Amino acid sequence: MLPEKFFLEIVTPSQLLYSGNVTEATVPGLAGYMGILPGHAPLISELTIGEISFVEQASRRKHHMFCAWGFCEVLPEQVSVLAQIAERAEDIDLSRAESAKARAEQRLNAKDPDTDFKRVQLALARALHRIQLAKKSNR
Amino acid sequence: MANIQEYRRRIRSVKNTQQITRAMKFVAAAKLRRAQDRVLAARPFARRMQVVLNSMAARAQTRHAGKILHPLLAQRAMERICLILITGDKGLCGAFNTNLVAATKSFLLEHSERGLSLILVGKKGWDALRKSHYRIRGDYVNRLAKASYELAQEIAGPVIEAYSKGEVDAVYVIYNECKSVLQQRRQTELLLPIRQATTTTAPSDPVLIDYIYEQTPERILADLLPKYVETQILRALLESAAAFYAASMTAMDAATNNAADMISSLTLTMNKIRQASITKEIIEIVSGATALEGSGK
Repeated sequence: MLPEKFFLEIVTPSQLLYSGNVTEATVPGLAGYMGILPGHAPLISELTIGEISFVEQASRRKHHMFCAWGFCEVLPEQVSVLAQIAERAEDIDLSRAESAKARAEQRLNAKDPDTDFKRVQLALARALHRIQLAKKSNR
Repeated sequence: MANIQEYRRRIRSVKNTQQITRAMKFVAAAKLRRAQDRVLAARPFARRMQVVLNSMAARAQTRHAGKILHPLLAQRAMERICLILITGDKGLCGAFNTNLVAATKSFLLEHSERGLSLILVGKKGWDALRKSHYRIRGDYVNRLAKASYELAQEIAGPVIEAYSKGEVDAVYVIYNECKSVLQQRRQTELLLPIRQATTTTAPSDPVLIDYIYEQTPERILADLLPKYVETQILRALLESAAAFYAASMTAMDAATNNAADMISSLTLTMNKIRQASITKEIIEIVSGATALEGSGK
């Protein structure tokens, strides 16, 4: 019989963001979103900019988090997410994300040969995901 | 008497100093608590990182025996050493900075036949060593109080680059670890090459778990190793910041106590002098009166 829960730990360099038992989780893997259910085979993957969501076992509530670069280690009974940047959806600073988006777009449109194109694109992706997630959680 | 005036002035000035040191002690205590929280908050990340890295490195190693997977895993003879010194930006914290600088100097002497270069974090270390003949790769002054992941990245960037290019063969970090409020322990740690704890793997170790890799181990290591170096530097920075405030708090506490001792001894001396002068005046009056009495007869 498969276990019905697993232990999820989400850590960033500055804090322990979440630790507790969950029944399912979705993480933004480099190759696409990955759903993880209890009893998953051991796996290591890099994470990219996107949304981490999971269902807490006790409250049956679904949580959403923003994540920018990290990696996750999946074991049958434990999943650790090490994210360089991660925020709870309700903690996202929407106005800051909007201004970051505007700044990135402006830089892309300026077509300055000195712009670090990749960096701006990443910044834009981060801003867009943050905005999307913040709006979703406010609804 | 002018003498008493002088003592009064002296006591007042010591009292003022005492107020300042007491205030500084409370400020340091408040900052220490915040710094300690940050050290604790950063620990789970560093620990998990270590576990994953060890298991990754061990697995990758067994697959590609003999081949170096990533420049940061390269082991070379330690001919050129880069030393990262993390001191405080301010003084008034006892022997905190002095000890670090002394340890650094003896480290440099010990390895004097090798190629040495320095990275100085904190103003005090920079003051002490900027005029030395060693090559200084970078300095980060007045940044420790706001130590963040960004600062760690900024420091780690050039270090990683130099190591990957083979400009340095080993990187050490010297910093103070915050063992407890009263005790700071000086640490000299080897940051690079990354120690491989794989030789002592127990059978129960997660190393032997057969992971599915979404990406190739080489790909993951390429991203993971620089982050590992950054995390280690961040940890050293946060530890140093906490240790600095702890040292500063202890030093200011001692200073406040010393000021109290000084005030009581000054007050005692002042009272003695006042007493002596009163006694002297009484003797003068009494002897004057006796003399008058004697002449009146």
